[in-house]
Formats: sequence, C-alpha cells, structure tokens
Amino acid sequence: MPKDTGIGASSKRREDVRFLTGDGNYTDDINVHGQAYVHFLRSDVAHAKINGIDTSAAEGMPGVIRIFTGKDFEAVGGLPCGWQVTDRHGQPMQEPKHPVLAHGKVRHVGDPICAVVAETLAQARDAAEAIELDLEILPAVINMKEAVKDGAPKVHDDLTSNLCYDWGFVEENRAAVDEAISKAAHVTTLELVNNRLIANPMEPRVAVGQWEKGTGDYTLYTTSQNPHVIRLLMGAFVLGIPEHKLRVVAPDVGGGFGSKIFHYAEEAFCTWAAKECRRPVKWTSTRSEAFMTDAHGRDHVTRIELALDADHNFTALRTETYANMGAYLSTFAPSVPTWLHGTLMAGNYKTPLIYVNVKAVFTNTVPVDAYRGAGRPEATFQLERVIDKAARELGVDPIELRRKNFVTEFPYATPVAVEYDTGDYNATMDKLIEIADIAGFEARAEESKKKGLWRGLGVNSYIEACGIAPSNLVGQLGARAGLYESATVRVNATGGLVVMTGSHSHGQGHETAFPQVVADMIGIPEDMVEVVHGDTANTPMGMGTYGSRSLAVGGSAMVRATEKIIAKAKKIAAHIMEASDSDIELKDGKFTVAGTDKSLAWGDVTLAAYVPHNYPLKDMEPGLEETAFYDPNNFTYPAGAYACEVEVDPETGKVTVARFAAADDFGNIINPMIVDGQVHGGIAQGIGQALLENCAYDEAGQLISASYMDYAMPRADDVPFYSVDHSCQTPCTHNPLGVKGCGEAGAIGSPPAVVNAVIDALQRGGKNVTHIDMPLSPARVWAAMNGATANEGAAQPAARDSGSAEGRSLGGQV
Amino acid sequence: MAKVSMRVNGKSVSADVEGRTLLVEMLRGPLGLTGTHVGCDTSQCGACVVHVNGKAVKACTMFAAEAEGAEVTTIEGMANADGSLGTIQQAFQDYHGLQCGFCTPGMVMSAAALLKDNPKPTESEIRHYLEGNICRCTGYHNIVKAIQAASGQDVGAIAAE
Amino acid sequence: MYSFELVRPKSLAEALSALKEEDAQALGGGQTLIPTLKQRLAQPSKLVSLSAIDEIKGVCVDDDGRLCIGGGTTHGEIVASAGDYPALVSLASRIGDPAVRNRGTIGGSIANNDPSACYPAACLASNATICTDHREIPADEFFQGMFMTALEEGEIVTEVRFPVPQKANYQKFAQPASRFPLVGVFVARFSDGVRVAITGASEGGVFRWTEAEEALSDNFSPEAIEGLTASADGLITDLHGSAAYRAHLIKVLTGRAVKAAA
Repeated sequence: MPKDTGIGASSKRREDVRFLTGDGNYTDDINVHGQAYVHFLRSDVAHAKINGIDTSAAEGMPGVIRIFTGKDFEAVGGLPCGWQVTDRHGQPMQEPKHPVLAHGKVRHVGDPICAVVAETLAQARDAAEAIELDLEILPAVINMKEAVKDGAPKVHDDLTSNLCYDWGFVEENRAAVDEAISKAAHVTTLELVNNRLIANPMEPRVAVGQWEKGTGDYTLYTTSQNPHVIRLLMGAFVLGIPEHKLRVVAPDVGGGFGSKIFHYAEEAFCTWAAKECRRPVKWTSTRSEAFMTDAHGRDHVTRIELALDADHNFTALRTETYANMGAYLSTFAPSVPTWLHGTLMAGNYKTPLIYVNVKAVFTNTVPVDAYRGAGRPEATFQLERVIDKAARELGVDPIELRRKNFVTEFPYATPVAVEYDTGDYNATMDKLIEIADIAGFEARAEESKKKGLWRGLGVNSYIEACGIAPSNLVGQLGARAGLYESATVRVNATGGLVVMTGSHSHGQGHETAFPQVVADMIGIPEDMVEVVHGDTANTPMGMGTYGSRSLAVGGSAMVRATEKIIAKAKKIAAHIMEASDSDIELKDGKFTVAGTDKSLAWGDVTLAAYVPHNYPLKDMEPGLEETAFYDPNNFTYPAGAYACEVEVDPETGKVTVARFAAADDFGNIINPMIVDGQVHGGIAQGIGQALLENCAYDEAGQLISASYMDYAMPRADDVPFYSVDHSCQTPCTHNPLGVKGCGEAGAIGSPPAVVNAVIDALQRGGKNVTHIDMPLSPARVWAAMNGATANEGAAQPAARDSGSAEGRSLGGQV
Repeated sequence: MAKVSMRVNGKSVSADVEGRTLLVEMLRGPLGLTGTHVGCDTSQCGACVVHVNGKAVKACTMFAAEAEGAEVTTIEGMANADGSLGTIQQAFQDYHGLQCGFCTPGMVMSAAALLKDNPKPTESEIRHYLEGNICRCTGYHNIVKAIQAASGQDVGAIAAE
Repeated sequence: MYSFELVRPKSLAEALSALKEEDAQALGGGQTLIPTLKQRLAQPSKLVSLSAIDEIKGVCVDDDGRLCIGGGTTHGEIVASAGDYPALVSLASRIGDPAVRNRGTIGGSIANNDPSACYPAACLASNATICTDHREIPADEFFQGMFMTALEEGEIVTEVRFPVPQKANYQKFAQPASRFPLVGVFVARFSDGVRVAITGASEGGVFRWTEAEEALSDNFSPEAIEGLTASADGLITDLHGSAAYRAHLIKVLTGRAVKAAA
C-alpha cells in the first residue's frame, strides 16, 4: 500500500495552492516604493571596440535619473568565476575580466554597454535610443576550432589566445589509452555535436535592488536558485558590500534549470545603482533579452573513440572535446566540461582505460554554463551513441553489448577518479524492458509500416553524479566554494516547527517534500512543519539548489539538525519523566520511557523547552533550535535505462516520439509523485534537445534563434505520455536518507535514446545513416536520408561549423 | 492617458492607462492582479492567458483599451466562491500538473476555455489545444492528465505516473 | 513600445477618417503587430483598432454562392461559422493557438502578407476577391511579395469573398518553433480547373504552382504530379530548412492535399 503521509507518500504539494490561485510571489510581482527602472543598452554586434559613448542627448530626456557606462564601474569588481580549472600542463586556466558594463570592447550580442535608470521603463528605453555609440566593428570568432587557430581574432586582447584551458583527464593514462586503442580488435569512432541550448525557465530573470539610507543596508530581490551564493559573490567580489549589510531574497522563482545559479551583471547593477541613485532600481528581462543574456548550455563538439576486444569488452575510451565558454566565464562554466563531464565518461561500464581531453574556448557568444545535467548529458550522449554505433558495426544487440560491459560490483572505482557507491544497472535495464514493452516493438513497427512510417527503437543507460561534494575534494579540483548545505530547525513552543534551509525550491516542491521527512522522524503531521527558504535574512548560509543536490545534501542537513532536535527533546522528556534519556523513545509524536507506561506528547516537551519551569537548566539551555551543516563524503550516483520509440515520416523526415520509458534508480524516494514529475520534465527537455532546440549563431555572431519564433520549445503535442518507474532502488550508502537525486536524470538519459531510435528507424527503412547531429529536425533527417551530409537539409550547418542562415524574427498573422 | 473600465473577476474596475498599455500591464500594475504572468514578448508562451468576454486571449497581445467594457476573468477569479480550488485548479494539484507555477495561470485559463468548448477532450485534443502554452517543468504529462481528470475522465489507465 | 494614441472607432467611416492622419496605422487583432511594436520596429502615431467595427465582422454566403468573411472576423469565428468551406475551417483552426485565434483576424493576416501566413494560400488557391473600403481586388493581384500587398495607405480589408471549390485541402508542415508553415499547400478544385497555392516557402511570399495546377486539372490525383519537381529557385533558406527541402515539401504536401481532397 502506498503511504499517505511521511517518507514515501505522494503528498500533494502545498505550494500549489498559491500558484494555482495567482497568489505566488515572483520577483516581478515585487514593487518597492519609489522604484525606478533600468533599461540596458546592449550591443547589437558580436565584437567591437567602443570608441565612444555620447549620452549627452539622452541625459536630458524626460524621466532620466542617471545613465551609467562601463567607466562608472572602473572602481567596482568584475563578475567572478567560481571555478578555476588547471590545464594538462599544470597551468591555471586563462581567466578574463568580466565587467558589469562593457568597458573598452563588447564581446557578444547582448553585452550591456549602458544602463539607463529612469522613472519609467518606457522613458529609460526612449533615452537609451538617444545614446550615440561609436563602435568599431571587429571580426567575430564564433566557430571554436577557428577560434583556437593562430592569428584568430582574440575575444580578450589581454589573454594569449582564445583557449581558456586544454584539460587532460587522466593525463597519466594518456599513453596507455593510446596504446590500447591502437591494439584493439575493433574501434568505433564518432564525431558529434552536443547542441547549444537555452535553459528557458518560463520566468525571465528579474532584479530589484534597494538601499536603505538610514541603515546602509542593501537588499536584492532576484530570480536565483541560490541567494547566499549571490550574496557572497556579489558582496565580496563585485561590490565590496559586507554580507551583513546585504540581504538577497529569491522569492518564488519560476524555474531555473541551472540558468539562475549564476551571478549576473544585472543583479550587481541594480544593487549598486540603488545607492548611487538613492532609489530602488528594478530590471525585468524580456524574453528577447533572456535569449542573449541568460547563460546558454551545452555546445560541445566531440570526437569519441571506443575500443573493444574480440569478445566485445570495452578496453579503452578516448575523447577530444571542444567546449564553448562564450565571451566570458560565467560563474561555474569551467567546471562543466571538465569535472562534471570527464568524471562521468566511464558511464555504467567497466572500461579500464579512459582519457578525456577538453579544450575550452572563448568565442563572441553569450557565456555558456550549466544547464540541467551540466556535463553529464554531454558525457552520456557521447558514450551511449558510440556504444550504439559499435553494436551496429559489430552486429550485436545493443542491450546485450551494454550488459556485457556493465559495472556489477560495488563500490566501483572508475578510471576517471570517482567511486560509484552502489547501483544495479541490470535491474533498471530489466525494468525498462518490461515497462517499455520492448517485446512488442516489432508488432508496433509493423503497424507503423502500414501507415507509411518507419518505427525505430533506441535504448541506452545512463549514470550521473549528483549532490556535488565533498567540499575539500572540489576545492582541490578548483572550486572556489564549499558545497555543503545547511538547515536550521526551529521548534516552536506549541510544537510546530520551521525548517530554514539553504536549498531553494523553484519548482522542486521542497515545501512539501522536506516536511515529509521531518514529520516522519518525529511522528507529527506534515502540516506542523513549514519550510523557509530563499532569503539570506532568515536562513543559514547555504549553497542553494542545482545538480540534483537539494535532498541528498540539503535534506541530509535537515535530517542532521532534526536528529539534534530529537536528541535534545529526549533529554527534556527524560528530565520531566524522571528517566534516563537513553530509555526515551520517540514515536508517533509521543515520548515514552522504555518498559514503563509513562509518556509525554511532543507538544509537552516543546512547551517545556520554552517555558522551562520543570527543565534541566543546569545542564541544558532552554529552547529547541538546531542548525546542521552537511558536507557529503561522495557524490550520489543515480542511474537507469531509457527507451524511446519514434516514427519517422520517410517523405518529410519528421520524427514523432511515439513512446518513451524511463527506469531510474534514485535510491530511496521521499515523494514519488514529485519524483515522477521531475523525470517527466527532464525527458521533455531531453526530447527538446534531441529533436527541436537549437541555439544558433551566424558567422557574424548574430543569434539566429533569438525568440520562440525560431527556438523550438517542446510543446504539449511534441511529446507523448511517458512511462516512468523508480522501483529499482539501491539506496545511497553515505547519506542519511539513502537518496540520490532525480532532478536531472530525465534530461541526461533521454537525448541518446531519441537519437538512437531515429537512427534505428532509418536503418530499418534501408537508409545507412549512422549519425545525425541534434536537433534531428525534419530538414536534417530528410537530408541524411537522402545521402546528403547530415546537415545539408538545414541551412544552419550543425554547430560544429558556424551558421550562415538568416534568421527570421517576427511576422505572421496580424 | 485615458480611463479604461472593465469588469475583472466580477468586479468593476478602472484605471488611467496609455494607448500602448497592454491588458496584462493594466492587470499586473494598477489592478494589482499579479497572477497573470509574462513569459515572452512574441505571443507564444501563454503565461498571460486570461478570458475576455469568455474567450481565452493572450493579455500580453491585447491593449488594455481594447478590453473597455469587457468581462475579464483572470486566474484570481478561478477559485470557488468559498475560496477553495476550482475543479481545474484542484485537478492540477491532485495530478501534480505544475512545478514552478509560472506557466500555471495561463495553463489553467486555457484548460478552462478548452473544457467550456469541449467538455470531454481526448489526449490529442488537449495537447493540440495547449499549443500556445509552454511549460518548461512538467513535460506536459501531468498537465494533460489533470485536464482529463478535471473533465471527469478516468486517468487511471494512463501509462505510469 | 513607442507612445501612440489608440482609437477604437465603431464604424468603417470613422476608421478611414482616423487613418488619414500621417503615421496612423490600422490594428487588426494585433497578434503580429503588437509583438512588432514591442520590439520598437514600428512607430505609428496613432493606432486605429478595427476590433469594434461590427460591419466588417461575420461570415455569410452571397448570391454567387461565395463565402464572404468580414475582414475583422477572427480565426476563431471563422472556425465556428465557415462550415460551408471545410478546408478553410481546417486551415483557420490550425493558425497560431486558440488564444491567438480569438484575436487575430483574416483581414489583418492578409494585409500583413507574411510569407508564412496561412490565409494567403487559401485566398490565392480559391481565387478569392479581397474587398476593401473602396474596391475589389482579385487575390492574384493582391499578394505582391513578402509583406507586400496591393493595399494603399489607409485602405482597410473589409471582406474576403471565397468561391467554394468542389474539393479542397490545406496541408501545413509546421516550422517547429513558430508553428507557422515551413511550407503550406492549399489545393482547390473547381469545375473549371485546379488551383494550387504555396505559402511559407518563397522569398516572394505566397505563389501558385502552375505546373501542378495544369497537371491536376487534367487528372486530379496524386499520381498526376509524380513527374513534376518544384523549383528551389527563390525559395527561402533558413535555420529550419533549405530551399531544396522546401521544394521537396511542396511536392509531398501537394500530393497529400490532393489525396485528402480527392
């Protein structure tokens, strides 16, 4: 029987009530008395020298309060990068300056040049149009392989080249890997692109900065996944505001998917300008602005080689990846293609020798950083595509080839520096075969054929690393932050309690799931537990929500704090019941003394903590409030198997996803309903990446896919119902809840399943197509079917080259 | 500036707005109804869907002045009279049809318009009808399921949760 | 948006008078114009909303059996009331999304003549007549290229008159992002011949595929066009498909339209 409360119950989400009635409180819903509005004048060219900015005409325009340029920020720090990667020669990465407003040069379309603060937004825009810019256009570098050639135009004149770093992992294994590949019975090679994406949470970014003259305190309301991180980065590195004078609030946030982790210039600007202007300053991004300012994701170009012996055991793996950093280093950009990608290249397999080379490159494009999965989708895609190709080349069943090479004994130390604590990849594959009804595939393929469609089946495994930590390890790897999480549990006198967490919920349902855990531990109703998050003023220092870490890390902190609460409460109960605290048991919200009929209600004890008349004051402080910081000692390793069935229209190349199934192992599950929802959303984003989404630039650095008119978001009729299962559970061995994290799995596991399925369909249709770069748009599939190179069907060549097509923006039905 | 009057969620309201003021700006600004959201500027995401004279429209692609005298319903007007969630809202909660909540007001308003015209829509009809409402969180699975459930259809048979 | 005055005349005469002002512009349903204004790509001094003019709304059948649709009629109203012309209803029911269809109008769409709009294909294939406040323009003369029409400054589309074909079908192959047709093909068979109009594909906007018309007039079956090839010359190449791909789709969709109509 499914539980109806506590851990394992599909408790309905309490936050839904406010979201369903229009009573949510998103950042744009916040208006501070007296606020002014800022409009950023942004570069409309990819690369130019700023020879002059004439704001004189604009300054006198109606409503204008002040116009800022890069010069105003000379004394202010730049936006910091939170991760320093060391290259394969032991040298630190090249790290360019990232000014709040462009200074000297603009480096991508959308780079902010001026900020106009005015009484109304329209006045700010009007004035921005009156600013005269003298921009000397420079050649833009868009294509990564061109960017690293000698003589290429440099994005940053003060760096030696456009190469941020050349990373080798594990460098010591390189020669052995080369040798194993040269001696292999079979080597499968694949060149592929992991297409550039835009996270596109439905809520665009917003920042409202405020400064109180009376106290000198700053407040920033912002659309962030991690308000404390913003407070630290912005306060310490950009604006020089001590953290105790700076409050950062991230209220209801309308999705993030990674893009709201990072510290952005607009946040720093609004905070700083609030004092400069003596007015609160508000910025609300338009969607068009979001396309050219939110950090983009993915954008890897990879060559992967998989070596197999005569028995089809994987013997070595070698990859070379070019990873686009964009024009500046976004907050965690350097870590994505390295530590979040290279460490996952073993996948679910016991390949003994692996070498990963990554060249991170600066280009005149929007900065690229973590997007749902961050590095792990890129690793999974390469691996699961090359394995599929190998199976086809060798004429073996792709599932059997995977099973043959699965890691089956745990803990397992990979040759890429991580240790999988637990897992059962055959179990999820078995479950997948069942829920996907793979046995029925051939019959369905026949049905499709009758409709004139080619059906294909794609299957793959995946593994990811979640709950990024431990802090001392990531510090060695270059992180400039700790990666613990915190929780304060405050019990009130009447027994209700508040969990103040550094994790942030922007769709994940923490307000519902976290109380399920605490309520279970104490044995009280869930509605006696409230979660407070998103405000640095009333939560302990925490690192926020990303990398599927909230429950594994933040939840663990909450468990630790609750354990402290229970331990103290037991002591109070022991005192009142005149028993030894080791004899006290807490169950169903009641303290009992073992072997007696004595009992105390939870509320009696909590009241005693705050009305300590009968209380061991000599031994213990009154009150019932505890804080814990939890620093994990390993990642968690969710894994699973995914299957996709597609129908391809051989006349048009259009791909329809007919079925999708996912069997995941997330360890223990707190709220199955929420977990299902996380997987559904991830799968849709993965299908979007595989079939629809493509962030494309032309050669001059203009963003072609600059709105929803050209950037194809998955819609309801692009996807089917999904069949998802998480009954295979190998609990994480090192966190108190045994949980692994489920937020990114769907987006990691699904793209290769879709592409494998399309290739299978084409092969079954008699077309010898072995790879098509994502997104598998109708035009690309048609071109591939018709013998053209995979990308000729679309004017936009795959991201491995730069585009040259003209984008169309608006137009259509009036 | 001109005075524009309309009935919103059954209440007569008015505000002084410019010619260029969008309906969504009037709702979110002077009327303080911030449940209606803006997620794009090309009339595609549907976070701003409201009903004007009973028909779903994108409040970001209609001028406030064009709603002069109209009967407007927003997400704030969708709960039952006693404040409890309406049928569609309740189904969205019951079937986890929302995550971050940002697209949700538009989804609920579109769903309400659909069910008015088509009380028992098929899965395919629902998916097609939601063409103008983008959700980035749910993968649509539970939205479609919630709408089917709100229309009184059995959703027990839908493959896995 | 730049600042402008918005007026909502209740009669055509008032609207025409308001449009005489320099830089005044008509506003249909606004589903394209408003996003354009948001980007500050247009700067009218005055917007003349046509949404309150009842005399240019509605659907009826005239004495010649033509389906007459007021220029201010929304796509949604056409879906509800143009049952005499099922292919047109089918086309209208796939424009944009339900909320867009409740605002966008046929007059606004054809006046804009977006190269990827659906109605121009229906008008051209049906040999429709576009009526304005002071004249009648055959569809063959009305659409003059991408975003270009025969309309003069301040002229308002009051009605579109569609001869109803014996058989017709519209095939739309959606561009994955905008959902506008990457290619749309409208095939209409009349007693005196077949007309085939293509939208979405050409740099020059909607056009007739005359070779297909000839072949289909002789033999209204998909086989009739098997030997034809649509030329890729002058077709659009963009992020979503090359000219060659669009040319291929023209033929595939024409065949499907004929099959569905026949």
